Amino acid sequence: MELIRALNPSLLRVARMFVPTAALAEDVVQETWLAVLNGIGRFEGRSSLKTWIFRILTNTAKTRGERERRSVPFSAFETEDGGFEPAVERSRFTGTGHWAVLPRAWPEDRLLANETRLVIERAIERLPPSQRTVITLRDVEGWTADEVRNALELSETNQRVLLHRARAKVRRALEQYLSEEQ
Amino acid sequence: MSIGLAHLNCRELVELVTAYLEGDLSRGERKRFDAHLSGCDGCTMYVEQMRRTIELTGTLSVDDVSPEAEEVLLRAFRDWKPQ
Repeated sequence: MELIRALNPSLLRVARMFVPTAALAEDVVQETWLAVLNGIGRFEGRSSLKTWIFRILTNTAKTRGERERRSVPFSAFETEDGGFEPAVERSRFTGTGHWAVLPRAWPEDRLLANETRLVIERAIERLPPSQRTVITLRDVEGWTADEVRNALELSETNQRVLLHRARAKVRRALEQYLSEEQ
Repeated sequence: MSIGLAHLNCRELVELVTAYLEGDLSRGERKRFDAHLSGCDGCTMYVEQMRRTIELTGTLSVDDVSPEAEEVLLRAFRDWKPQ
């Protein structure tokens, strides 16, 4: 039961990327746990248990997502923001690519206030699902890059690009918030 | 990920920050990155802000499963019979 409590939020979050509703994601997660119980005898320990469970989840979720025609096709996952998104607005740089407006030091007292964490939470909520999932698994839940790549079936580059864009947007949200007058 | 042999400018550097922090740059790329940082206050500040961003993101708590979802799940477990 502890394993369930520990993994369930991430399972739901990952499932949600494949199916159109939260209710369906809960179904997928439940189906995954049953498949885990039924298949645990076949688990050979070649990957970590967590990796194995997430592989079952992604397979279940994909099957389910394809059945529910309304779902976003998984192929859209890697290309949903295929265009180049600069980490920092172009206008912050000069024509030769140097800072025109230098980043200013952040006031430490405000940085550590609870409200600042809300700013981060809101920024993460606004991200496209793939970026949101990657930054949540990596930076909130502390997964390694390999664990995320395995669970989401992403290439090294795609994992890093999604993380990069997500972190850049969270930093920008913080910068904007911290530069506002109190 | 490859960078030309020329010096990095700031606009290029900010796009490499994640690869840098992940330890994914080659030795040569890392050298150029560090060389730029040592002479650029703006980029040093940027990298520092990125580290703080990651650190603060790590203090968020993972949202809990809805109690209903957990109840459904626990019921499924109780009813489960080995196949």
